[in-house]
Parts: sequence; structure tokens; C-alpha cells
Amino acid sequence: MPMRSFLDFEKPIAELEGKIEELRHLTDAGDINIAEEVGKLQVKVDRLLRQTYGKLTAWQKVQVARHPERPHFQDVVRILVEDYMPLAGDRAFAEDRAIQGGIGRLRGRSVIVMGTEKGADTGERVKHNFGMAKPEGYRKARRLMELADRFRLPVITFVDTPGAYPGVDAEQRGQAEAIARAIEACLKLRVPLVACIVGEGGSGGAIALAAGDKVLMLEHAIYSVISPEGCASILWRSADHAQDAAEALKLTAQDLLRLGVADEIVPEPLGGAHRDPKAALDALGERIEWALQQLVGQDGGTLKARRRSKFLEMGKKGLS
Amino acid sequence: MNWLTNFVRPKIRALVRKAEVPENLWHKCPSCGQMLFHRDLEANLYVCQHCGHHMRLQAKRRLAMLFDGGVSTTIELPKAAVDPLRFRDRQRYGERLKEAQEKTGNADAILVAHGTIGGHAVVAAVFDFEFMGGSMGMAVGEALVAAAQLAVLQQAALIAVPSSGGARMQEGILSLMQMPRTVLAVEDVKEAGLPYIVILTDPTTGGVTASFAMLGDIAIAEPGAVVGFAGARVIAETIREQLPDGFQRAEYLLDHGMVDMVVPRHKLRETLARLLDLLRRPGPTAEVLSLPRSDAAAAASRADGARSGQD
Ligand SMILES: [Zn+2]
Repeated sequence: MPMRSFLDFEKPIAELEGKIEELRHLTDAGDINIAEEVGKLQVKVDRLLRQTYGKLTAWQKVQVARHPERPHFQDVVRILVEDYMPLAGDRAFAEDRAIQGGIGRLRGRSVIVMGTEKGADTGERVKHNFGMAKPEGYRKARRLMELADRFRLPVITFVDTPGAYPGVDAEQRGQAEAIARAIEACLKLRVPLVACIVGEGGSGGAIALAAGDKVLMLEHAIYSVISPEGCASILWRSADHAQDAAEALKLTAQDLLRLGVADEIVPEPLGGAHRDPKAALDALGERIEWALQQLVGQDGGTLKARRRSKFLEMGKKGLS
Repeated sequence: MNWLTNFVRPKIRALVRKAEVPENLWHKCPSCGQMLFHRDLEANLYVCQHCGHHMRLQAKRRLAMLFDGGVSTTIELPKAAVDPLRFRDRQRYGERLKEAQEKTGNADAILVAHGTIGGHAVVAAVFDFEFMGGSMGMAVGEALVAAAQLAVLQQAALIAVPSSGGARMQEGILSLMQMPRTVLAVEDVKEAGLPYIVILTDPTTGGVTASFAMLGDIAIAEPGAVVGFAGARVIAETIREQLPDGFQRAEYLLDHGMVDMVVPRHKLRETLARLLDLLRRPGPTAEVLSLPRSDAAAAASRADGARSGQD
């Protein structure tokens, strides 16, 4: 198993787990009962995890949401989708690997799934452009949504992106228009759209896939109009204030539920989804299935009209 | 602090500002640096006589030059939640809002008005960049929804004139949610069979571009306007390369197929009138005359008739 990456605030946890590892590798422990010691330490670790993850600050949530071992779209496909057939290309310019998508079965039901993919290691991250899509990615997403509509298949999206790619080529090919059309495609769907914010919901690049009937957020996911760093450098004139910006932006799943932007929070395993991606995704799969059960029976016109009024009513009340 | 300082001072300040006319007699063109006499500039629709630079416009000036005879009726906009996140950076958002309101005399970064252009009913939603960079929060989204509803109600065309840095950060995720909301708004206008025209003015970026602003049936840009999704500085920092000449300018967008036309300000009303005429009066304008048919056309018509008769 590869070394786990620890976040700065997880240092005490890392130290305890390091001790456990050391004990496990001891061949001659003298008069220490290794199993008993490990057990005691594990109890401490769990208690520490529960304490730490029970009251994460907004900035800590940002760090957790960006954790490299957080479940990726490829994990979603591996764990939740059977008989997955990837579908590629926007039919106009290119295949954008920052947005993956295809057709498959979720608990027996044929669905279109798509999501941003950040990549799990350095090579993968470059291949997927760190989850930052270009116009062709959003145009592919729109194409897949239209395909879903034609065959009356529900659409499930998985969002984990720092945002749309800021580059010359992306601008040349109409990044803004591509995002606008993807949002439009979400809103036009006459089939259910369940959007899951799994890690980082980065601004326009996230809403392009997330204007859904139901928006589910993992417990420690974030969703924001701008990155805390970007916000800090504009409003505080220094990226050093990213923690203040994270707090002010109200970007945690808990804030978004109160604001009515997220419909449901899906609890993560103890210590965050990165400690057990499979358990996190299994829990998410349950809630997706539950959401679909509420939605699949409705006719297309009703679904579209309800989605429309949901977004038009959104934000009428602030935090109270 | 008493009621006087609270309620009277803003008005006094407004008076003082109006008296500061001498300072505004001359403007410096931000593009060529020439000094421009206030009255000449106004007569030239705030376009530099020397270099043709199109300056940013206050929303009320834009409305005046858009509609027939400069006449339009500004509607009262629905109230949106004020400071929904109780946001505070170095300054309270509530204070920033008040300052912007005093500075511009507008409730938020947008005005909505109705009137006619070339005799056609039009509802216009015009951004004011002076109001917090024309940023889009709840109030702006609400205004666009109202503008679209009014257009459908009056069977009028909707014209949006964005000038905006994008979403209003101080309203967090709720400003991001104005993207789907405004997309829904213009969708209604389109579904009602009414024209939706966008005039992209300097600058239009971020979440505004990536929603209603790029969905026009017709997209017009003013010369030199910066229009794009990501800011040029962010792009330069990301790719660590120099940006191409004219990057994200109106002419660059035209070359890359993103807008239908680049129209100078003094041609704008005329262009809109012609477009609206073509879109909304598709039939011949005069009484239909029965023209004598040529022999060839008559023969073709007989042959068609014969063929269909055999089917
Ligand atoms: Zn000039």
C-alpha cells in the first residue's frame, strides 16, 4: 500500500499511526504485548479522527476536499457502475480527458454517468489536465446529456474540479459559451439529473454539470463561486488570507444545505472519504439510488418544470 | 451619530458631487491619452474622436442611446435578499453596497427599461460597471429574470447589455446560482419566439459570459471590448506565456466565431432596428402583388402538378 498523504492538521493522527506501524514491524518486543498496544493506539486514533473531523474549519474542509486520495471518477465507475462503456469526444474538436463519461448500469438501471477527473498520480493528473476541462469537455457533456434525453436514461454527474481551464486555447474555442450551453443542457433535460459534488466544486466548471434535480454533497466536499485563494487575492489583496476567504464564502456542504443549494449531505467514513473511498462511494450510491427512485417515475415535462422552479426560487433566503 | 448624519449626508454629498463639474469638463482617453472635451465626448457617445476607443458607459447613458428618441421607462426591480451570507472581507459587503449605491444612484449593478427601437417593442437589461464591477449577485439575477418576464408579457424583444467582471464573490455560491437562473430567464424569451440579442461591452467576463451573455440569438460586440471567461492575468499566470495580440477583444472573438458582428456605438441603434425588423417582420412589408409568371416557371409548375397527379 502506498504511503498515505497527511494534511497539516492531521499531524497528531499521523504520529499515532506511525507508532502503530512501527509496533507492527517489531519482531522482538520484549515484554510488551504488541496486539494490546496496537489496539490501545487504534482507539486513540479513532477518537482523534472523530474529534478532528467532527469540527473541521472551512479551510480544513478545503484541504480535505482536495485530498489526492479522495475518490475519483474512475473509482466511481469501478465501484458503482457495472457494464460501463466510456463514450468519447465532442464531435467537433477533441476528446477532453478532464471530463469522463459513458453509459453503464447503476444498481441494475441503465444510466449516463459523467464527471470531472483530476487523476490519481502525477502522470494521470497531467493526462486529465488536473480536472480542468476545456470547451470540448463541456460540449461532450452536453452531447451525452442529449443522448440521455433521447433514450430516457437518468444522468448522474460527479464533480471534482478546481474549475474550468484558464488557457488561450480554451478561450479561443469559446470556454464561456461551452459552459453556458452545458448549463442550458442540464436545465433542458426531460430525464432526472442527480449531481454529486464529491470533492471540489469549482465555480463555472462545476455548475456546468450540476444544475440538477438533486444536488448531493459528500460531507467534506466544498462548492464555491471562486477558490478561497482567488477570492483572497482579490478582496484581501493577498492569497495569505485564503483561510478568511474560505470562512466568508460559506463553501462547506453544511453551509450549502442551509442555503438550499445542496439538497442532501452524504456522510463520509470516519476520517474522510480518502481513508475509505469504497465505503464513501457505497454510501453515495445508496443516496443516488434513493434520489432516482423519487425522480424516475415523473414525466419529462414535470421534471423540467420542477427543476426550473427549484433554481428560480433558490437563494431567496440567506443564512438565518 | 444622529438621524441627520445617517439620512441627510448622502444627499448633501450628492449635491456636492454635482457641483464638481469643472473637474469633469475634460476627460483623458484611457487608450490614446488625448484630452477630450466633455461635451464633444457626450455628443460622440463616449467614443474617443481621436482613436475610436469605446469608453465604458453608465447604464442610464446606455439606455438613452439605445432607445428611439432616447426615451425609455425604467422599471422598479424586485427586491432580492441583501447580503445573504453576511459577508465581510476587509470591509463589510453591506458597506460596499451602500457606497456603490451612493456612487451610481442605482440600487444594484443593472437597470431594466422598456421602450422601442426602430418602432419595435424592446426590454433592455443594462449593466453598470461602476457598481462593484458590474458583478452579478442575487439582485442582478432577479433583474434579468424580471426583464425576461416583462419581455414575454409585452411580446417584446429582450436586449441584454452586460458589462461585468463576473459573479459577485460577496454572495458566494448564491452568485454562482445566478448562472442557471439567468439561463432559465432567457430560455423563456426564446421559447416565446421572441428575439434575444446580446450586446457584449467592455468588459464581459467570468460567470456572466458563461451564462446568459453567450446565449443570444444574435451576439454583437462593441469594438475593442474584452470578452472572455477567464481573466487575462489568470491565464498568463497559468500558462506562463505572453498572450496573443488582441486576445479576448471583440475583433478576436469575431475571428474565432464567437460573435456575429462587431458594431461601433453610433451604428448600434440602427443595427438593432434592422435586425428586429428582419426578425419580427419576416413577410413583405408592402401589399403582396401578384406578379406575372414567366413561361418557364409556369411550365415547371404544370410539370410538378402532372408528376404529383401520377403518384
Ligand atoms: Zn483615444
